[in-house]
Parts: sequence; structure tokens; C-alpha cells
Amino acid sequence: MRKYVLLRGFYSLVTLWLLVTIIFAMVRLTGDPVAMKGEIGADATYLERIKHDWGLDQPVYWQYTGFIGNLLKGDFGHSFEKSLPVRDIYFERLPNSLKLGFAAFVISLALGVPFGMLSALKVNTWWDNAGKMIALLGLSMPGFFVGLVLIIIFGVQLGWLPVLGKGSSAFVWSNPATWAPFWFRDWPHLAMPAFALGWYFSGAMLRITRSGMLDVLGSDYIKLVRLKGVPERMVVAKHALKNSLIPVLTFAGLNLLIMVNVAVVIEVIFNWPGVGQLLYDGLSNRDFPMVQGVVLMSGLMIVMLNFVIDVLYGYVDPRIRLSR
Amino acid sequence: MPPLLRVDDLRAYYFGFRGTRVVKAIDGVSFSVEAGETFGLVGESGCGKTSTCHAIVRLLPPSARIVSGRIELEGEDLLGKSQTEMRQIRGRRIATILQDPMASLDPLFSIYDQVAEPAYYHRAFRGRRLRQRVKELLSAVRIPSPERRMKDLPHQMSGGMRQRIVGAIALAGGPQVIIADEPTTNLDVTIQLQYLNLLKDLQRASGVALIFVTHNLGIVAKMCDKVGVMYAGKIVEMQSVRGLFYNPRHPYTRALLDSIPKLGTKDPLYVIPGQPPDLSRLPAGCSFQPRCQSAMERCRVEEPSEQHLDDAATTRCWLPLHEATTRG
Amino acid sequence: MATILGRATEIGGVSRAARRSYSWVREIPLVPLLLVTVLVLVAVLAPVLAPHSHLDPVKPTPGQCQAKYGMADCPYVDNMPPFWFSQGTFATPLGTDYLGRDLLSRLMYGARISLVVALTGTLFAGAIGTLLGVLAGYMGKWWDQIIMRVTDAWLTLPSLVFAILLSSVRGPGLWNIVLILALVFWSRYSRAVRGEVLALREREFVRLAEINGVGKLKIIRRHLIPNVMNTVMVLFSLQVGVAVIIEASLSFLGVGVPPPEPSWGLMMAQERESLMQGKWWLAVFPGICITMLVLSANMLGDWLRVRLDPQLRNR
Repeated sequence: MRKYVLLRGFYSLVTLWLLVTIIFAMVRLTGDPVAMKGEIGADATYLERIKHDWGLDQPVYWQYTGFIGNLLKGDFGHSFEKSLPVRDIYFERLPNSLKLGFAAFVISLALGVPFGMLSALKVNTWWDNAGKMIALLGLSMPGFFVGLVLIIIFGVQLGWLPVLGKGSSAFVWSNPATWAPFWFRDWPHLAMPAFALGWYFSGAMLRITRSGMLDVLGSDYIKLVRLKGVPERMVVAKHALKNSLIPVLTFAGLNLLIMVNVAVVIEVIFNWPGVGQLLYDGLSNRDFPMVQGVVLMSGLMIVMLNFVIDVLYGYVDPRIRLSR
Repeated sequence: MPPLLRVDDLRAYYFGFRGTRVVKAIDGVSFSVEAGETFGLVGESGCGKTSTCHAIVRLLPPSARIVSGRIELEGEDLLGKSQTEMRQIRGRRIATILQDPMASLDPLFSIYDQVAEPAYYHRAFRGRRLRQRVKELLSAVRIPSPERRMKDLPHQMSGGMRQRIVGAIALAGGPQVIIADEPTTNLDVTIQLQYLNLLKDLQRASGVALIFVTHNLGIVAKMCDKVGVMYAGKIVEMQSVRGLFYNPRHPYTRALLDSIPKLGTKDPLYVIPGQPPDLSRLPAGCSFQPRCQSAMERCRVEEPSEQHLDDAATTRCWLPLHEATTRG
Repeated sequence: MATILGRATEIGGVSRAARRSYSWVREIPLVPLLLVTVLVLVAVLAPVLAPHSHLDPVKPTPGQCQAKYGMADCPYVDNMPPFWFSQGTFATPLGTDYLGRDLLSRLMYGARISLVVALTGTLFAGAIGTLLGVLAGYMGKWWDQIIMRVTDAWLTLPSLVFAILLSSVRGPGLWNIVLILALVFWSRYSRAVRGEVLALREREFVRLAEINGVGKLKIIRRHLIPNVMNTVMVLFSLQVGVAVIIEASLSFLGVGVPPPEPSWGLMMAQERESLMQGKWWLAVFPGICITMLVLSANMLGDWLRVRLDPQLRNR
């Protein structure tokens, strides 16, 4: 287990380094960060000044080492607009996004996994076909469309749920008293965005659960369990379930990262003050360091998340847990 | 007294492509086994041996249906039972050993758990008695230090040990019949002999009937009392093992024996010409006729019925009849 | 199956006889095929089919002006509802937007944008990714390590977030979006293709070609690339849907295809306020169009995937 963890950790670091290098390279190769700021017809000297401020008039390798150096110090850039370090603003908003993401994840599991298993157990029947169709529909509707539809139905026409914002509870890092209540308050505000975000995933979860379950149900060891005369519900509940959960969990973990994408748009629609909205604000205000900073931080979070998932996976799978 | 297990003219077909394609996997199989007896089922891949094993315990895939025939366990009709009733039979009265030891064991559960399952569900062993029983079973299949190894997981054991554990699982329910579907095919040659000896010892000690499926005639010679040779879903010859080797009655059996390489000579290897037939498109008449050296006109037209010969042999071939009449 | 004695350069690849049989056409699922055909036709024939211009407001009748503004003449009538409402007309069957432009015509032209962007972007991504995947899989050693590590790191970045970053430096514009899509998605292909190539590399026809001294590039061209096409096609059809959604999302956020072009995502963004006032059709219809396109692309992709992988056929 230890060797596995160390190996995974090393691999994560390499990925992280490559990630930031890719961001660095792509930004400079595809366009001019300064032009973004100066698009409103600013004059040349103003642009030159920005260029100098951001160090963009220096040779590339100098910029790169400065870039990496800053990152290692924990400096992810300063927001042009707000004159605050991006890292601080990011962390301030992060709990909101996590709350949304977690709720959406739970919803997607609650909807997708049971129906996926049902589909697999009643394969090729009406249940299965309905399940497959619903999953496909879920994957085809863009998150923001679902969000808008929900707003129309529940917010405007029926007026049941509040449409904007996250409610009054806040997570303040410096005040531990706010930590616990934050997760449990303001449900009505959370309902629509979490559902809109989770809907897309439930489709994917359904399919993965179904396919994983079918694989397990067709395997030799399940055949032997049946040949042993074990009652059918135990075949499913004891053996099939546990074995199919591993691929489902792996997939779930890996796909959390895709959720980040859809989250950006959902946060914008529902005015949810999370990291996605930060990205959008950066765009609207032509605040390039903010945009880049958020992307870098998100990359970091994702690599760390993948590492944690790898370790958890190693723990669940006894083959890895018991090795040296 | 009825035989322990009796299969009578069993036919099971697979229906595919919405009913347009019919694969006659089992097309007339009859045999019986007594307690303490070992019946060998021999044939090439795809001849229906595995399907027969699955059919006996009514675990054919949903696309297959048993079309006709009878299966009786101690006189009880198995085909009329529901799946719930069959679950009482599986593991408890008829146990199965599969071919691939690596794939047969659930990777997430300990050896103890998997061996204990049949004893738990079928014989109501619990707690300390259950642990004791598992230890006995593991010792019976010659697993060293069973106490310690009970907690291990399948991937921590070698192939030979895993297959022995599969054997322990088979015994755990206290069955009367054990169906072994090519149990040694995936084992190292050096381990195979050990395993076969183990099976023989276990059989002598417990008196189970053993149905041994294989494509290896050498194993048949060592293990079996009675043999059935399968081809294209039918048993084409059935005899005692001595009778089969010294006096094969069906051209296919003869061809199989001829194709065994003999040490000491440098004669070219004999190969049966042609290919095994597609079970969805069987030739007219006898299924073996396109490849048979002694095929006659009648073979091409009429499917041979079972001929019961005087020395307790049966064969599906027109030859003995022909020989009898021409001998005058 | 090719015999061992045939010439090495003729073995492998997709056999020509197999390419010519078209019996599979009968098996294509009807619903998605129909949907895709309709959408493609609408996109191609938009100039002919659209009742009005997609950029200019519809010239209103005096009666409409009177009803809305109380004046005899007006430049446009905005926010008219679809024809089944009382204030709607058949002339603008799905209504008009906040600038008085006909919704139906804009939707039709929007199909062009979505299709062109998604198809070309995915095509370029596929080309780059397949090439890199083949190189990584076949050349092995350093090529493999470097390309795969980069691919893995690239895959860690969420596509939309990365796309937003790139478009913020690149600026809006249709071809910029195509470029961005290519840059964001190539990594999906390289990973899958590399896997295929690793398996193909061990097959007899490749080994034989190598033994006979056929050059690496020729092997790649004649044997590897045709045989990975199956996987690539499946991936392509599944990625087109994703590309459509990413383009719509980018346009929704304002960094995609810029106005006045009627990108479906942009239309949905522009009408968010109208939503609050109860004029739901302006935002919902583009969303339905996006869903239909992605759904049919996904359904076709699924069908293709099941058909080309024999193991999955019985599911």
C-alpha cells in the first residue's frame, strides 16, 4: 500500500507540473493576454505598461521560471480588477462550489445507481430500455438548459423555489462556528442548481452502473455462486453489488471533474457565488490574471482530488490494500 | 433401484436472432451415473459437453430452452422443478467444478467466506461448527495450514490451490453428484496429476458420483469407469472405459484414438479430416458422416438411432447393423 | 483471413471486399438518422427555408404596430409569442426576440453554426489525437512516455474551463472556437487510439510487415490507421455531441460565437431576462434544438459503438 501511495503521489506531481506548463504554453501560443484587456481600443502605451507589469515583455524562459516560482510560493496571480490575490478569492468561494458539487453528486448517485442496477438486472426489458433512454436524454441536455427549464417551472410559474443566490449562510474559514451549519442550511436555494448539475451525471452514472453490473453478472465467479445454489437475492446483494461498486466508484470519482465544467454555467445562471462564477466574472471584467488563476487553482484541486481518489480506491480493493 | 442421476434423450436448443437461428447444442444425450461411479464425457470444443452440464442443473442461458427429454435425480424429475426448487438442488445435491480457477472465485471475499457459503445455506452450519467444517473441508483438499489460509483472498493463492478450493466448495454442501467441467485444463501439467488423484481419493471417501468432462483421453483412461463420447450435441458412443479403448465402436471414437500421438514411432500424425459442424446447420443424416471414413449411403440420408450392442455398449451408427447383416 | 504466405504489404488493413458491402446501412437506427438528416438539411438549406432574415428584424404589419405600441409605424415588434398564443402570427411562427428578429429563422441559421463548429472542431481534434496516439502506441519508449504523460495532464483539465481560458486570450469568433475545440479535445483520441495500437502491434500482419522490412511509416499508413478507424469513428460520433454542448456553453457565457450570429447558446443567454418575465419560448426553443442534435449524435454514436464492438452486441 505504501509503495502504491508514493507512486501515485509522484505521478500526481508530474501531472501537475505538466498541467501548469501546458496552461502557460497554450496561453502564450494561442493569443495575447494583453489584447484581452485592451480590446476596448486602448492606446499603445497603456498596453505596453500592462505588458511590463505582467512581465510579458521578458524572454519566455524567464517568464516561465517566474511563473513556476510564483506557483511554488503559492502565488496564483493577482486579480486585476479586485487587486486581491486570486488564491484568497478562490478559497473564499470554494466552499460554495463544493457544497453545490457535493449535493449534485449525491443526487446523481441517488438517481443513477439504483436505476442502473435495475436496468442491468432486468436487462433488455421495458425497464432497461426506458432507463437507457432516460440516461441518454440526461446526457444530451446541456446543464444550463435544464437549469433554465427548472427556473421557468419552479421559479417563475410555480414560484416554489428561490431562483438566485445561495441564501444567507456563509462559510468563513476563520470562523469555525460557521463551518458545520453551512452545509445544512438554505436547502431551497440549493435544490434547483444541484438538480440541474446532477441531472447530467445521473445519465452517465446509470450507464456505468448498468454496464459494470452486466459485466459482473456475466462473470465466472457469479456463475459459480449460482451453481452453489445460493439464493438469488444474495447473489445480487452480496456478490454482484460489491464487485460492481468498484468500477462505479472509480468512474464517479473521475467524473467529478467533468462536473466542474457544467458547474460554471450553472453557477452563472443561478447566480451562485462559487468558483465557476469567479471565472465568468473574470471574463466579463477582462481580468485575465483572474481567469488564469482560477484555471490553475482548479487544475491543482483536480489533481489533488484524483490523488485522493486513487488512494481511496487502493484502500477499497483488497488486492492493493494488502500488498506492501 | 433407479440410478442416482439419469439423463434420457435430452435435447436443448439455443434460439438466436429472434428465432431465426437454432443451434442444436444438445441433440439426444442419454446416460446414467451411480453413486461412487465416474462417468467421463469426452469430445472436442463446442460439441455440447458444457451445455449438458449446465442443462442438468437447469442453468442454461435465457436464449436456450430444453426442448425434450428427462433428467432424474434419484428418480425425481428435475425438469419439472421451478428455479427456486432447483436452488435447493444446486450445491446441495449436485455440485459443480468449473474450468478456470482464477475466474471461479470472487476476488473480494475470503476463502473462508466462499467455502462456507454452501455449508451455510444448505446444511445450516453456523458459528463455530461452520468454522470447523470449513477447516475440515480445506484439509480434505490438502490445503496446508487451513486455519491461517482461511482468511486469505483468492489472488493470494496459486492456481492449483485455487482449484482445490473450488473442490472444497463443491464438497461443502455434501452433494451426491459432482460435475467437473474440465477442472485440470487450466492447470500446470505437473499439478494436474495431483489434482486428479485428489479427486479420486475424495470420491472414494465420500461415495459421490462424478461426471468428468474433458477432451483429454488420457485423463479419461485414468479417472473414468464409464465413458460417453459426444459429437455435435449427441452421445455417439457409450461404453465402459476398457471397452472404449480396446474396442471402439464408432468411427469418431476410432479416429480420436488414432490421433493420439504414440511414443516410439515416427509415423505421421493422424488428423481427422474436415471440421466440426456448425450446430445451427447440421448435415443431413449422421452428423459425422462428412468426415467419416466408413460412411455409407444410409448414413447420408438417415440419422442413426441408438444401437445397443451386446457388450453393454451403445453407439449411434449404422455400421454395427451393417456388419451384423453382412457377416451373415 | 489472410494466409501466412501472402505478401506482407497486402495483408492487413481493411479488406477491400468488406469495404464495398453496404448491408449495414439497413441497420442504422431510424430515429436519430432522421433527426440528424433533418438538422443537416435545415442547416444547409437555411437560406432557402428560412422565412425571414436571421439578422434583421421582421418588418411588421401596421396592425401589429398598432397593437403593440399604439402607433401606425414602427421599426420592429419585439418579443412576439409563438403562433399558438393570442398575439402570435403565422408569419413568425415561433415568435420574435428582443430585437424583433424571427426566432425560427435564427434557429435555422443557428443549426449551421452548431454543426460547422462541432464537426470541424471534432475533426481536427480527431486528426491530431489519432496521429499522436498512433505515434505513442507504435513508436513506444520515449514517444509513448512523453505523449501519454502530456495527454494525461491535458485530460485533467476540464474542457470548458480550459476552453474559457483559451478563448479569453484568443478572442471570440467562429474559427477561434474551432481551434479551441481542437486543442481541448485531441487528448481524448490519443488515449484511446494508443490503446488500440498497442493491441494491433502484436497482431500477425504487423509483425510480418516488420519482418519483411516494411518501413515504419508505411506500416502506420497502411495497417495501423485503417484498423484504428473503427475506434476513432465511434469516438468521433460521441464527441460531436460534447462539442456542440461546449460551443453552446461558450456562446452562452459570451465567449463563443459572437453576436449577431444566432448561435443557439447565445440566444439562450440573451433571453435570460425574458425568462423571468414569463417569455419562456425564446430560451427554451434553442435549448430543445441543442438537445435534439446532441441526442441524435449520441444515439448514432452508441449504435456505432455497439455495432463495431462485437462483445457488446448482446447487451
